[in-house]
Amino acid sequence: MSSDHPRDDIIDTTAPQTKTREDRMSEVDSRFNSTLREAFGSTPFVLTKFDAFMDWVRGSSMFMLQFGIACCSIEMMHTYAVKHDLDRFGSGVPRASPRQADVMIVPGTIVSKFAPRMKRVYDQMPEPKFVVNMGSCSTSGGPFQQGYNVVKGAEEVIPVDIHIPGCPPRPEALVYGIAKLQERVKNGETSPVTVKPYELEQFGDLEKDELVEKLADDIDEETLVMRYNWADSP
Amino acid sequence: MSQTEEPDEEAVEEPDPADPAGVVDYDALEALLGDAVVRRERHLNAEAFVVRADRVQDALSTLRTEAGFDHLSNVTAQEYHDRFESIYHLKKYDDPTQEVSVVVPTSRDNPVSESAEPVFRTADWHEREAYDLVGIDYDDHPDLRRILLPETWQGHPLGRDYNQDKPQIVEFEENVNPLADDHRESDTMLVNIGPHHPATHGVLHLETVLDGETVLDVEPDIGYLHRCEEQMAQSGTYRHQIMPYPDRWDYGSAGILNEWAYARVAEDLNDIEVPEYAQVVRTMSAELCRIAAHLLALGTFCLDIYGDFTAIFMYAMRDREVVQNILEDLTGQRMMFNYLRLGGVVWDLPEPREEFFATVREFLDDLPNRVDEYHDLITENELFQLRTVGTGEIDAETAKQYGVTGPVARASGIDYDLRRDDPYGYYENLDWDVITDDGGDNYSRLLVRMREVEQSARIIQQCVDLLEEWPEDEREIQANVPRTLNPEPDAEVYRAVEGAKGELGIYIRSDGTDKPARFKIRSPCFSNLQALPEMSRGEYIPDLVATLGSLDIILGEVDR
Repeated sequence: MSSDHPRDDIIDTTAPQTKTREDRMSEVDSRFNSTLREAFGSTPFVLTKFDAFMDWVRGSSMFMLQFGIACCSIEMMHTYAVKHDLDRFGSGVPRASPRQADVMIVPGTIVSKFAPRMKRVYDQMPEPKFVVNMGSCSTSGGPFQQGYNVVKGAEEVIPVDIHIPGCPPRPEALVYGIAKLQERVKNGETSPVTVKPYELEQFGDLEKDELVEKLADDIDEETLVMRYNWADSP
Repeated sequence: MSQTEEPDEEAVEEPDPADPAGVVDYDALEALLGDAVVRRERHLNAEAFVVRADRVQDALSTLRTEAGFDHLSNVTAQEYHDRFESIYHLKKYDDPTQEVSVVVPTSRDNPVSESAEPVFRTADWHEREAYDLVGIDYDDHPDLRRILLPETWQGHPLGRDYNQDKPQIVEFEENVNPLADDHRESDTMLVNIGPHHPATHGVLHLETVLDGETVLDVEPDIGYLHRCEEQMAQSGTYRHQIMPYPDRWDYGSAGILNEWAYARVAEDLNDIEVPEYAQVVRTMSAELCRIAAHLLALGTFCLDIYGDFTAIFMYAMRDREVVQNILEDLTGQRMMFNYLRLGGVVWDLPEPREEFFATVREFLDDLPNRVDEYHDLITENELFQLRTVGTGEIDAETAKQYGVTGPVARASGIDYDLRRDDPYGYYENLDWDVITDDGGDNYSRLLVRMREVEQSARIIQQCVDLLEEWPEDEREIQANVPRTLNPEPDAEVYRAVEGAKGELGIYIRSDGTDKPARFKIRSPCFSNLQALPEMSRGEYIPDLVATLGSLDIILGEVDR
């Protein structure tokens, strides 16, 4: 059959669906003409922008970084496991290596010793990459915000796309957050980067103040350091 | 005289506070210590000897060898306006109700005291922590450097004149590339495991020296989750503001067990009597938490051994979901319960009670089948046995040196469980067994946990029976506790409970206000992890990973 006009049974669905059988018994087999193709008529093409296609692909298959920090990682494990099964939403494969991951869920409190390591793990992920903040600690420091050693949120160190409140958020909340992220990625939306970063910089590049002078004997000029200005933190 | 202090076999079986063998004769101890003692102090849990800073090793080794105090449970450091103080909390593994503390004051200008490390290996990390957070120097310590905070940190945050707003610089050194030098001369190499690594159960860094595949040495580097729990507790009021934090120490769903540690110490400090009904509810909910925590340990351990999100991990998570649902019905939260209150619990069991009991009973009835299933999948699996039997071994004596407690100690044949030996709650009225095993290896540790799950189920069963029969007008969930608690100034108390990982203790010193002046947490994981090098030296690197899994550490509790 030719496909320059729609098939009868698409226009009038009550018609007996015997066409395939008839076609098979005749010489030309129309099985290679899909329903979709026939529905489109004589132009069996979908026209889209490559960007839009790539956004759709990215949002539909996201690899998570297997990254446990604190209490929230227990709920994150539950989200991966049987009952909630994040994999159902096309985003459930935890990757142990940052080089294979698209999304980093930050599930816990970030302290001064860990922030440089987290920054490095983030830097190792290939572009495009996304970050989901899980729980109050990675949003703002949470219940530990007043601590002498606690970084007041992951956004002090790396840019973040989605914040999920809770202490810890329920698995359902995490699933919702991931679904929201996927929706944004599919629509090609980006988050404004509001990060006030604590950067990794070489010790020699720091402004020479009292603290730097004091540590000058202990730290090499080339060593990467992260300088925390606690007084400026929220 | 030291004969009376020797552990009595009878007393081990049935510790009886009225029994003379279970009472410490402090006068005799003072005579034994001789001129090392400056004076005596009375703490709420035990008497304390104030010892000269240069006689610490003498005093401790006398107490250890001649009086039988073989368990250095905790080291607390604190700063007063005129002095520093280290407190060594000693106990006996055979009878933890026999306690004594050794207080070592040092001047503020020159805070140096003798290290206890040559007597108790576990003092190594405890004193490093004291140096790190409070700033006491320990003479004769093998390796005194910061443990929780970064090397370049300025100041000691739990000291009195620490300014939290000052900037800090933290180094990020590239991991040493083991092949950077020519290694034809030497065939050892350094491998960094963590802090971001799936096998470390969180953010732990193991600096491992390998010869081929054999572990020559391993040094745990902790502090990647040091979130100032002690500072948080010291800035909260006793009545309500501290209780939410214990949930976040051992976050493997062991919340109520941790809350109980705080409840117990604060109730002792303020002399609060908990109603019997509340004790039964506490016991039941705590054991539910223990099941959830042990299932997590089992699931992640098998994740380490089998190496993928395979059936066992998923099964353990499935069963944890059931427990978490029960706990959510009871407390309103899946993980951070905040259920206990000083003097009781926050609310009674959920209505309709029958439905709640039915849910719990359904879980308990199903549990034996589940346990059988786990045994089929895990302990009877030959491959699993090859990986775990005879690996990560630690004998009882070494474990005691490191202050190891909990399932790890019980798997090495140390019959030590505070639920029975230092009774609290409703445990002494219930019928259950302390599980021990003599293997001391990874396999035994898993086995002990699996059997403890069964014992916890027995306890819950009996609690449910009791609660069902409890007359409606006697369901008192909360004692009468004042709105603001101001314990006597300078009262000091150290109390411990059996957490999911072992002896979870808290030391509190009051200063007459409604907030503690010093709040020190004795974390079982901290001591257990310290023994990791002993278990792993000379073994293959996969066995190191298995050992770490079987220790079941929770970094939130290690780093606090």
